Amino acid sequence: MTTQEALFNYCLRLADNHLILGHRLSELSSKGPLLEEDIACTNISLDLIGQANALLQYASSVENKGRNEDDLAFLRHERHFYNSLLSEQPNHDFAFTMVKQFLIDAFNFYLFDELKKSKDLTISALATKGHKEITYHLRHSSTWIDRLGLGTDESNKRTQNAINELWRFTDDMFVMDEADKILISEAIAIDLNTIKPKWHNTVNAAFEKANLKIPEKVWMQYGSKQGKHTEHLGFLLAEMQHLHRAYPGVKW
Amino acid sequence: MNPISLSTTEIRDLLSQIPDPEIPVISITDLGILREITIQDNICVISITPTYSGCPAMKMIEDEIVKKLRENGIENVKINMIYHPAWTTDWINDEAKEKLRAYGIAPPEKSTVNKSTLMGETKEIACPQCRSKNTEMISQFGSTACKALYRCKDCKEAFDYFKCI
Repeated sequence: MTTQEALFNYCLRLADNHLILGHRLSELSSKGPLLEEDIACTNISLDLIGQANALLQYASSVENKGRNEDDLAFLRHERHFYNSLLSEQPNHDFAFTMVKQFLIDAFNFYLFDELKKSKDLTISALATKGHKEITYHLRHSSTWIDRLGLGTDESNKRTQNAINELWRFTDDMFVMDEADKILISEAIAIDLNTIKPKWHNTVNAAFEKANLKIPEKVWMQYGSKQGKHTEHLGFLLAEMQHLHRAYPGVKW
Repeated sequence: MNPISLSTTEIRDLLSQIPDPEIPVISITDLGILREITIQDNICVISITPTYSGCPAMKMIEDEIVKKLRENGIENVKINMIYHPAWTTDWINDEAKEKLRAYGIAPPEKSTVNKSTLMGETKEIACPQCRSKNTEMISQFGSTACKALYRCKDCKEAFDYFKCI
């Protein structure tokens, strides 16, 4: 694997995480539990898709094969998507949506903070910009963890259920492979092991404060970095890519 | 193709007439979206930066720039989207902040994102209508990603606050 191939792959991972999570959140548009939340989730979705767009533009220039950001988003198949397993999980109830959001926001918060120092100037610039927005995302989702955990017995139960269901997908975010190795040696990517303890502490502290627990002895699921996904991604892509595939080159 | 007869300062003056599509009382230069104007080989290169990554107004701003320059005889325009340095509310000048307030949007408080953002502590934001500081946040995300929704507990008006970033 060349540095260029590793960088292309790395940009896709960062972009896909945001794109898929952003698409999931956009499903709440006009269906949020209350008007303010409808607007909040849609705005966060817009941030994420905007960041994904810039990352895919960069991936496209790194690959240099004439595929633009739309081609990369709408014409890749499931097995060529590298978003985390967690990001593709369905929304279910609002507790489920917010737990998923919080676990990923905290991951992105530390990841993008470190990527500001990347030797790759585009990645560093996009991380600096992205981190400002992600800070607000994390604030939003952590407020909800507090509110749901300390709300009623029912809201606490649902939030704990969500944590129990989703925890098995958390380790997958921290998997590294050859692409990471190559880019870490060039100070472009970061070693995810360095942010894992920070992520864990933040998550654990937020849960403890809200009367919630990290489940013990969970069988972890992996595969996203090889393009192996849960069954949910295919359905998501079918919806997300339909228009572009049915009407190639269509413009608003 | 006619040669570009305007200087970059004159072009800047022209472009500063373009209002922000979402907040028409301030211009794209007030906001700091317009970063650089250069003329190379008779091509006018306009560098702009997005406020928020997903800001849906960017495409419209690009179109407005091209339209404004065409109207003034500049046909050859290239829009260059830059991400470094990252846009910050610190670039909004005091005059523009006053315009925001008069329009009913509480302008960003001085400091940019800090630790308190993460801890969930909210700053005292003055109501743009009655200037009371007896206000509360309703939602961190208002009508656009760049604004939060607040309510004044004195005059009872809801208002947008331009978040620090």
